[in-house]
Amino acid sequence: MGAINSIEELEAYRRELAAAAKPDLPTVLVCFGTGCQANGSRLVAEAFTEAIKEQGLQVDVNIGIKTTGCHGYCENGPLVVLRPQDILYLKVKPEDVPEIVEESIKGGRVVERLVYRDKVTEELVPRYSEIPFYKHQLRIALRHIGTIDPTNIDDYILAGGYAGLAKALTMKPEDIISEVERSGLRGRGGAGFPTGTKWRSCARVDSDVRYVMCNGDEGDPGAFMDRSIMEGDPHAVIEGMIIGAYAVGSHQGYIYVRDEYPLAVRNLTLAIEAAREKGLLGENILGSGFSFDIKISRGGGAFVCGESSALMRSVEGNVGEPRAKYIRSVERGLYNRPTVLNNVETWANVPEIILKGAEWYASMGTEGSKGTKVFSLVGKVNNTGLVEVPMGISIRELVENIGGGILGGKKFKAVQTGGPSGGCIPERLADLPIDFDSLTKAGSMMGSGGIIVMDEDTCMVDVAKYFTGFLVEESCGKCTPCRDGLPRMLDLLTEITEGRGTEEHLAMLEELCDLLTWGALCGLGTSAANPVLSTIKYFREEYEAHIKDKKCPAGVCKALITYYIDPEACTGCRLCAKNCPQNCITGKRKEAHVIDTSKCIKCGVCKDVCTFDAVRIS
Amino acid sequence: MTEMTQDLNRFDRIIDRYERSEESLLAILQDFQREFHYVPEEGIRRLSEVMGVPASKLYAMGTFYKALSLTPRGRHTIKVCTGTACHLKGATQILETLERELKVKRNGTTEDGEFTLECVNCVGACAMAPVTIVDEVYHGQTRPSKIMDMVKKQVGG
Repeated sequence: MGAINSIEELEAYRRELAAAAKPDLPTVLVCFGTGCQANGSRLVAEAFTEAIKEQGLQVDVNIGIKTTGCHGYCENGPLVVLRPQDILYLKVKPEDVPEIVEESIKGGRVVERLVYRDKVTEELVPRYSEIPFYKHQLRIALRHIGTIDPTNIDDYILAGGYAGLAKALTMKPEDIISEVERSGLRGRGGAGFPTGTKWRSCARVDSDVRYVMCNGDEGDPGAFMDRSIMEGDPHAVIEGMIIGAYAVGSHQGYIYVRDEYPLAVRNLTLAIEAAREKGLLGENILGSGFSFDIKISRGGGAFVCGESSALMRSVEGNVGEPRAKYIRSVERGLYNRPTVLNNVETWANVPEIILKGAEWYASMGTEGSKGTKVFSLVGKVNNTGLVEVPMGISIRELVENIGGGILGGKKFKAVQTGGPSGGCIPERLADLPIDFDSLTKAGSMMGSGGIIVMDEDTCMVDVAKYFTGFLVEESCGKCTPCRDGLPRMLDLLTEITEGRGTEEHLAMLEELCDLLTWGALCGLGTSAANPVLSTIKYFREEYEAHIKDKKCPAGVCKALITYYIDPEACTGCRLCAKNCPQNCITGKRKEAHVIDTSKCIKCGVCKDVCTFDAVRIS
Repeated sequence: MTEMTQDLNRFDRIIDRYERSEESLLAILQDFQREFHYVPEEGIRRLSEVMGVPASKLYAMGTFYKALSLTPRGRHTIKVCTGTACHLKGATQILETLERELKVKRNGTTEDGEFTLECVNCVGACAMAPVTIVDEVYHGQTRPSKIMDMVKKQVGG
């Protein structure tokens, strides 16, 4: 069908789709997120099509195959969900497909070896919704991820999509802003600015042109919820933006997407085209008289472009350098016009808030941080992936209940939140509820929601050095504290990790941190000290071990460690000697081997290949 | 037709896909990068002429944005993700192994023009860390001892 011309027509169309839908029809959902595609989900989907076609000749089972967005449980991909049984299969290979078709689709039985097994009780958990990783979640921003085909607008509409927009178009713009204000929604991109306040400030400015923008330049390393939403539910972002545009009186929107996310660019482009065809974007949306359209702008791989003023410069076709913000972008943003810029996850929440009301949303979360937040739980934790939970959950609950504890039974040491602008929070503070304010108080920040779990094998000085190095590369060079301060900090940290540090190094580091915090031009610089400051605050003894004892307790800093082979554990299998690029491991077959440390370049290959855990670090 | 005019046509074909607006500059440069594996000087001159913007501005963009390169890149691009999750799970060792085996430094191209080795700040596939991307194909849970075989297997070397 062509354009939908009114709210009534939209509802009629939805009913039509519902009548044609067969919820009991066996459906195979194959995840087509970046992670699962990397693990070969395309081949799995092809194998299903093939097997079903073959079997279809003998049995009359009509099966639909859908390719969905990212479920966020990428580590166990390719993921396959069978409906209506709600069975989740992990790590599915094309070879497994005939058995799934035979056993599960035709026979209604579960293929046990592909099912999640509880790591503690060893119990099999075939149902998607009962797996611990999903059971504790409450999905609002991720509501459709993995259940709809993101390239099919009908799927979105059938799942209730654009109903929020339909409701919004019957409301006064002013009332929409109040609704968002009362919901307590705060920006999911990092700083947590109240969304409704931002909208109101923009709407208040006298101007004939206004812009709404979506920040999809997800630059914090370790966070990928925005990628998942743009890939897996692009219409949620688009619908949110149309509602925002209607509320503030804008007719042109922009989505700025990282160039590193090709699939997100593709799915958003398709979604925008589909929305235009259906009359949900363009002139006279749903017959309301309101017109709005969206352009996509691809980023160029610069971290600083996630900063609002730099992002806007980049969209205009310039080098993406930030400006001093004496005047906020809600007053003078893109092309000097009033502009609302919100993050992907923020926009995806908007349709649900309008549809279900501010009270519903505000009933979740904490005093100052309402609703849910998507976290990307990654690093040294058993279950890695995207997790959406109400604000206020403790770090420990997140890591232990949902994350299933630390990888390999190691000791939980810290979590890093907020990317390069955030900090490290030690295990002893793990009962801290996660919300915007408590994280800031602890010396870190929410950021976009990356939770990077660190264990005893993580060196905190190395982590500080890693983030500082990252920021040195990404500093745009416009202001002096950031351009010149960060490289000096990196020098100091490098000297510490190489065993050349002194007590003065720490004092100088702290002084430079102070300078950056107060003197830098934009958010990248003013928060750049957080990784260093928070690690000095909570892990000073580790810095001191590097400085005084010239030791890296975690065994990471190359200059301070040596590799050796434990003669008790070594079986003399020769594997390490064969793989050593320096040929510096000697020993006879079936006898303990020895590393010649004078030639060893500490590349770690021997430790990687050893199947007996005989290669150690001291 | 000379090689030069062929290239000009290729530039124009890309430029013509976009609106004649400064907003399109970055996207056009990225498409140049994709097609030629770098942003050629002639491309910058052509774009400057067509759009009426100074070439110096396009050079500034070419040096500012990581996605753009002003020097030719190798036939294959290997991107090692050095995002936080990958860093914790050993991305440095992957990178160093590739540097050693391919005899090239990070962000450099091998002498035979076969490989360019790049670092990339998080590709958003953290759950599969450490990640290495060879010509747009993502490889998760990569290991130093297996990485070269994996690269060779994919590019058929």
